Amino acid sequence: MSIRFTEERLNKVNEIIARYPDGKQKSALIPILHIAQDEFGGWLDAPVMDYVAEILHILPIEVYEVATFYSMFNMKPVGKYLLEVCRTGPCMLNGSDEIIDYIKEKLGISEGETTTDGLFTLKPAECLGACGYAPMMQLGKTFREHLTKEKIDQLINELRGQAKN
Amino acid sequence: MGVKLLLENDHIEGIRYYDTYRKHGGYRAAEKALKMAPADIVEEVKKSGLRGRGGAGFPTGMKWSFLAKPEGVPRHLVCNADESEPGTFKDRYLMEFHPHLFIEGLLVSSFALGSNHTYIYIRGEYAWIVDILEQAIAEAKNNGWLGKNILGTGFDCEIYVHRGAGAYICGEETALIESLEGKRGNPRMKPPFPAIQGVWMRPTVVNNVETLAAVVPIINMGGEEYAKIGVGKSTGTKLLSVCGNLNKPGVYEIDMTISVEEFIYSDEYCGGIPKGKRLKACIPGGSSVPIIPANLLLKTAKGETRIMNYESLSDGGFVSGSMMGSGGFIVLDEDQCVVRHTMSLARFYNHESCGQCSPCREGTGWMYKILKNIEYGKGKISDIDLLWDIQRKIEGNTICPLGDAAAWPVAAAIRHFRDEFEWHVLNPDESQKRNYGLAHYADPIHVPASA
Ligand SMILES: Cc1cc2nc3c(=O)[nH]c(=O)nc-3n(C[C@H](O)[C@H](O)[C@H](O)COP(=O)(O)O)c2cc1C
Ligand code: SF4
Ligand code: FES
Repeated sequence: MSIRFTEERLNKVNEIIARYPDGKQKSALIPILHIAQDEFGGWLDAPVMDYVAEILHILPIEVYEVATFYSMFNMKPVGKYLLEVCRTGPCMLNGSDEIIDYIKEKLGISEGETTTDGLFTLKPAECLGACGYAPMMQLGKTFREHLTKEKIDQLINELRGQAKN
Repeated sequence: MGVKLLLENDHIEGIRYYDTYRKHGGYRAAEKALKMAPADIVEEVKKSGLRGRGGAGFPTGMKWSFLAKPEGVPRHLVCNADESEPGTFKDRYLMEFHPHLFIEGLLVSSFALGSNHTYIYIRGEYAWIVDILEQAIAEAKNNGWLGKNILGTGFDCEIYVHRGAGAYICGEETALIESLEGKRGNPRMKPPFPAIQGVWMRPTVVNNVETLAAVVPIINMGGEEYAKIGVGKSTGTKLLSVCGNLNKPGVYEIDMTISVEEFIYSDEYCGGIPKGKRLKACIPGGSSVPIIPANLLLKTAKGETRIMNYESLSDGGFVSGSMMGSGGFIVLDEDQCVVRHTMSLARFYNHESCGQCSPCREGTGWMYKILKNIEYGKGKISDIDLLWDIQRKIEGNTICPLGDAAAWPVAAAIRHFRDEFEWHVLNPDESQKRNYGLAHYADPIHVPASA
């Protein structure tokens, strides 16, 4: 895979850089890492980070130290669908532990692991701002809330179906 | 029904969109404010008594008047939409369902402070809300409320949404500023305060989403009128996000005069506890504030009815009270285990420590480990004292208040629920099979019929 943004993406990137004062283009780093992660396979490989450094005229180390700090940036490959289930206090009070256990059993993976077909990664998360709609998970750009075992079954089926198409 | 100012139009379909918002009185505050002198807007906010809704409750007008105004140096308003305190999801609600109220508040506040480039720092997980906000900003701009020379006043203003990437610590204002500069979210030493040297070393005001939205009703009704709502120094209305074991979790606006008991049990608000279970404990203001048992929640130690406001919730200090904090109201019913809940919060703080100061970095790790041992029946009685000792050593000895935020929940849990911790240690097998239950924590006075 060649690590280059498409023309369209590059325009978006430049638009983001222009939001910050001249010479402060580093401010665009996190927003651009999001775009890079989406674009280049769901995680941040070193060559991807080097490319972002090049775009922003900063040192690669400045990108690495930021990417490793934030939990939404994946430093290892993840499955096509990243199931991030919240397990902090309020979600725990509403049964998040059972949901996590159920997913583990259903998919045959432990926390942090990916299914052998490369479809699912389970990642326990800390409070995602949906505590009143617990238990919940983040899936891509969306939240799935009020989870039950049945909803997990449905979701997994739905995603398996999607992946086939 | 209490007074509603922010969620007044909650029932109106399409209030999320510009035309509907405008039709229902939207951007009236902006019209009014842009004709005022910026200093007079600051004055109105001072008169309103508005206190920061992000957690610390600092008077907003006072914060605004501290902003340095050196000649030729741009100033910035930065909105804190990082909302990561467990139990808190009110800003999400405002942004998701009332984006124009929020944008209007940002515009008026930007004008008052002289910020031509205003940034919304939003937690990365709220990805779909970024789209909602950007759409609202575009609508506002198309209608002349943002951009150059707004309403012919000569005032220029752009609002940008800046997405974070998952780090609770970036809610702390100096960490947020670092993150906005494209760095790790390591809090800065203060002074200098952001009002003097904030983002890009320029004077900066950081305010919470709800704080900035509240500026709209303040301008519409005038600071003095706003100050008449509520009691004492708890003026205006407050959004609460309620969760845990409640029949009607969600976001509510209150005017800070109702009792905690009414808030929990009335159908207008939380609707009581599911399955008629009894109340065990509550964390009234987000995970960082002290947990208190039911008997101290409904009444203060002096036997007075506890009211949902800043003063009453903190009555008794940390010995027998708690705090309003961010308004994240977490309720535990009789079947919940305080040790397990405290362990889960300790894991959270350990995960979120930025690692700059050793008391916080090491202390949060130890606390989590010890709590895990106690929870899983491998603890010793001396561990409880050790926990107490560790939290004492963190509190006050760190660069930013995350250290305190990690220490207080542990301290309060041991202070009020020590017998439950001891029971876990002394009954390692039984504690794996059942929870401790209510013991003396339930309100012995009465449990309302609606419970
Ligand atoms: C660890 C930590 C996390 C915080 N998280 C948030 C947050 O998510 N949202 C917020 O508005 N304030 C948060 N704050 C408070 C901010 O530092 C700051 O006081 C607040 O944004 C000021 O806005 P206000 O005066 O309008 O409340 C946090 C503080 C600390 C110490
Ligand atoms: S108290 Fe914790 S989070 Fe705050 S600066 Fe120190 S290590 Fe970082
Ligand atoms: S505790 Fe799970 S979303 Fe807040």
